Amino acid sequence: MSALVEFRDVGVDYARRGGIVSAVQNVSLTLEENETFGLVGESGCGKTTLSMALMGLLPASARVTGQLMFRGEDLFAMSESEHRRLRGDEVSMVFQDPATSLDATFGIGYQVAETVRAHRQVSRRESKARALELLREVGIPAAESRYSDPPHRLSGGMRQRVVMAAALANDPSLLLADEPTTALDVTIQAQVLDLLAALQRKHGTTILLIAHDLGVVAQICDRVGVMYAGQLVEVAPVGELFAAPRHPYTRALLDALPSRGRRGRALRVIGGQVPDLSHPPAGCRFADRCPHRMDVCATVPPLATSGAERQIACWLDPATRATAGLAPLPDSPTPNPAVPVGDPS
Amino acid sequence: MTDQASTVNDHDGAPLLEVEGLVKRFPIRRGLFGSGSVHAVEGVDLHIRPGEVLSLVGESGSGKSTLGACVTGMSKPTAGRIRFAGEDVALASRRGRAQFRRRVQPVFQDPRSSLDPRWPIERTIREPLDAYRVGSPADRTARVAELMDLVGLPRHLSARQPRQLSRGQQQRVAIAAALALGPELLVADEPVSALDVSVQAQILNLLDELRNRLKLALLFIAHDLSVVEHLSDRVAVMYLGRIVETGPVERIFASPEHPYTRALIDAIPHADPGRKMSRIRLTGEIPSPVNPPSGCRFHPRCPVAIEQCRTVDPPQTHFDQTHSAACHVAAAGLAQRTSTISALSKGATS
Ligand SMILES: Nc1ncnc2c1ncn2[C@@H]1O[C@H](COP(=O)(O)OP(=O)(O)OP(=O)(O)O)[C@@H](O)[C@H]1O
Ligand SMILES: Nc1ncnc2c1ncn2[C@@H]1O[C@H](COP(=O)(O)OP(=O)(O)OP(=O)(O)O)[C@@H](O)[C@H]1O
Ligand code: SF4
Ligand code: SF4
Ligand SMILES: [Mg+2]
Ligand SMILES: [Mg+2]
Repeated sequence: MSALVEFRDVGVDYARRGGIVSAVQNVSLTLEENETFGLVGESGCGKTTLSMALMGLLPASARVTGQLMFRGEDLFAMSESEHRRLRGDEVSMVFQDPATSLDATFGIGYQVAETVRAHRQVSRRESKARALELLREVGIPAAESRYSDPPHRLSGGMRQRVVMAAALANDPSLLLADEPTTALDVTIQAQVLDLLAALQRKHGTTILLIAHDLGVVAQICDRVGVMYAGQLVEVAPVGELFAAPRHPYTRALLDALPSRGRRGRALRVIGGQVPDLSHPPAGCRFADRCPHRMDVCATVPPLATSGAERQIACWLDPATRATAGLAPLPDSPTPNPAVPVGDPS
Repeated sequence: MTDQASTVNDHDGAPLLEVEGLVKRFPIRRGLFGSGSVHAVEGVDLHIRPGEVLSLVGESGSGKSTLGACVTGMSKPTAGRIRFAGEDVALASRRGRAQFRRRVQPVFQDPRSSLDPRWPIERTIREPLDAYRVGSPADRTARVAELMDLVGLPRHLSARQPRQLSRGQQQRVAIAAALALGPELLVADEPVSALDVSVQAQILNLLDELRNRLKLALLFIAHDLSVVEHLSDRVAVMYLGRIVETGPVERIFASPEHPYTRALIDAIPHADPGRKMSRIRLTGEIPSPVNPPSGCRFHPRCPVAIEQCRTVDPPQTHFDQTHSAACHVAAAGLAQRTSTISALSKGATS
C-alpha cells in the first residue's frame, strides 16, 4: 500500500462575524491507495469541512493550517488553477443530495457526457457513447431511452446513480462520497453501497466515505476514522474499531446504538452536548462529557500512532501518553471491548 | 423474552385503536398521468392495544405518513373506519372529536415544524392546556413543570426559544407538548430520523419510558429497522398502500413470511463488520401509486413470484393468531407445512 492523501496536522477555521469557528483541529491521517476509508461522527464535527479542504472547495471565509499532501504535493500550497486541474483529473465527489450536483433543465445523459468532455478532448459522439457506458455501469436500466430524461423523472436512488456516473467520468483515483445514501431507502441504499464496493474493486479507486450511520461504514469500509467536535479521535481497521474501540467517545457512540442484544433495555446515552465550536474547550474536546476526564485532559491529546494501523488521541491511552513522553497510567485500562451485550433471555 | 413480550402484547381487553379497510386517495388533475388519483393507502386494517408499540415500516412513498395522518385526524380518509376506544371517530359528535384529538397526538420528524420559533418553550408546552382550558392557570403552570420533568428537560430552560436548544431538546419539547393533554396514543412519524445516534438514543429511551410509565401506546413510523427492532412490540410492513405483513417484532425479524419484509431486513446495514448485508438484493424501486401493478403489487420486484402473482391479489394469510402476511407463495408454504404436519401426525398415530 502507498499513501494517496496525507493530512498533516490540518486545521480549518471559519471566520464569522463575532469570531471564528474552529471546525477542524490537528487532523493527521493517511488515505492509502485502493482503500475505502470511512469517516464518522455526529453532525457538525467537521467531516464535510475535511472533504471540502481536499476538494479545494472551502469557502473564502475558511483559513487552513498544516499540509494536505496529494501524491506528495501540498494542496494548500497550490494555486487555485493547479488545484482545479488536479481535481478534474484525479478527484470526484458525490454528495448526499443528488439535486445539488445535477442541473434540473438538462437530460441526465447529456450532463454525464458534458462531464466526460470537460475532462477529455473527445467528439460529442464519443462523449455520448462514454456517457451511456457509464450510465450502464452504475445500473441505470434502459440507459439509451433515459438519456434525455431530466433528473426529476428519476427517483432519488436513480439520480444518485447518475451523479456517480458523472463522478466516474474522469476515472478518479479518489472518490469523496459525503453521505451518499443518507436520503435513500434501505433497499436502495444497499444497492448503492454494492455499487460503490464494485466500483472500488474494479477501478481500484480510493474512497473516502463520510457517513453518520455506523452500519453503512461497517458494511463497506476497510478503515474508519472517528471525529468529535473537529478532532480526529481514533482510527482503526473496521473490525478492530467495532470489536475493540479505545477512545471513550467511540465506545459511547457504539453503546448508544440500538442493536439486537439491547431490546427492552435502555440505551446508554452520552450526557451533555457537543461543544460550541466558536468557543471550543482548550484540551480534549470530549472532556466535558467524558467519564474518565483528568487534569491532563485540559491539554489537547496528541493523535498517536499505535501499531501499524491504529491512531488514538486520548490521555488514557498508553500510545497517546508515550507520544507525549508520559508513562502509561498505573491502572491503564485495557481497552474494553464494547458490546456485543448478549441477550439475557 | 417471548413470554414477556406476549404479555405486553396481549394487553387485557379491547384495542385502543382499530383501523378497518382504510383508503386514502389523492385526486390529481393534470400532469404526467392525466387525471386519476394517488392510491396512497388502499384498504388497511390494523389495531393497537393500550401501551403497545406498533411500528410501521416500508419504503418511501408506501403510505406510512398518510396512514398516520388519518389516524390523528389530520387527514380525512376516502373510505374505511377508524375506531378509538370502540367509538367510530367519523360518527362522533363535535365534542367527541375534540376528545379524540386530546387522546391521540402526533409527533413529527422535525421538531422545529411543531414549535413556534418565537415562543419560549414553556409557552409551547402550555398552549394545548390553555386551548382546552385544563384546570386553573396555576394548575397549568404546575403541569408544565411536571411535563418538563417527564421528558427530561431541565426547568431552567423554560424561557428559552427553540433555536437556543439542541435538536434532542427540541424534540423533547415537541413530545412534552404532545403529552400535555394526557393522550393515550402518540403517532410518531420518524421522530428520531433527523437526530444523531447519541441524541436518538435519548429519545428512544424517553419513548420507551413513557410507554412504561404512562401506558402510552405508540404508532411509530420509521425507516431505520434497527430502531424499530429495538422499540416495537409489533411491526406492520407497508408496500404501496397495503400492509403486506404484520406480526410480533421477534417473528418479523427472525422469520418473516413476505418476500418484501425479507428484502427490507436483508438490506439492514448492521453496525457489525462481521455481519454483512445479505448478498440478495431487491432490484428496482417502488412503482407509482397512481397505477399500482396488477395482482400482487410487489410482483414486478419479487424474486419468488409465480404466474398467479401477476393477476391475483393475494389475501392475508394468518400464520398464527398474531402473524399474517399477504403472499401466495408464503400461503402455499404454510399449506404445505400444515399438510406435512398432519400427514406426520397421522403417520404417528397409525
Ligand atoms: N461556511 C461556514 N461558516 C462558518 N461555520 C461553518 C461553515 N461551514 C461549516 N461550519 C461549522 O463548522 C463545523 C463543521 O461543519 P461540517 O459541515 O464540516 O460538519 P459535518 O461533520 O459535515 O456535519 P453534518 O454531519 O451535519 O454534515 C460546524 O460547527 C459548522 O457549523
Ligand atoms: N397531499 C398529497 N397529494 C398527492 N399525493 C400525496 C399527498 N400526500 C402523499 N401523497 C402521495 O401518497 C403516497 C404515499 O405518501 P406518504 O407520504 O404517505 O408515504 P410515506 O410512506 O410516508 O413515505 P416517506 O417514507 O417518504 O415519508 C406517495 O406517493 C405520495 O407522493
Ligand atoms: S483525553 Fe481525557 S477527556 Fe479526552 S477522552 Fe481521553 S480521558 Fe476523556
Ligand atoms: S404474492 Fe407473489 S409476487 Fe407477491 S410477494 Fe408473494 S410471491 Fe411475491
Ligand atoms: Mg456534512
Ligand atoms: Mg412519511
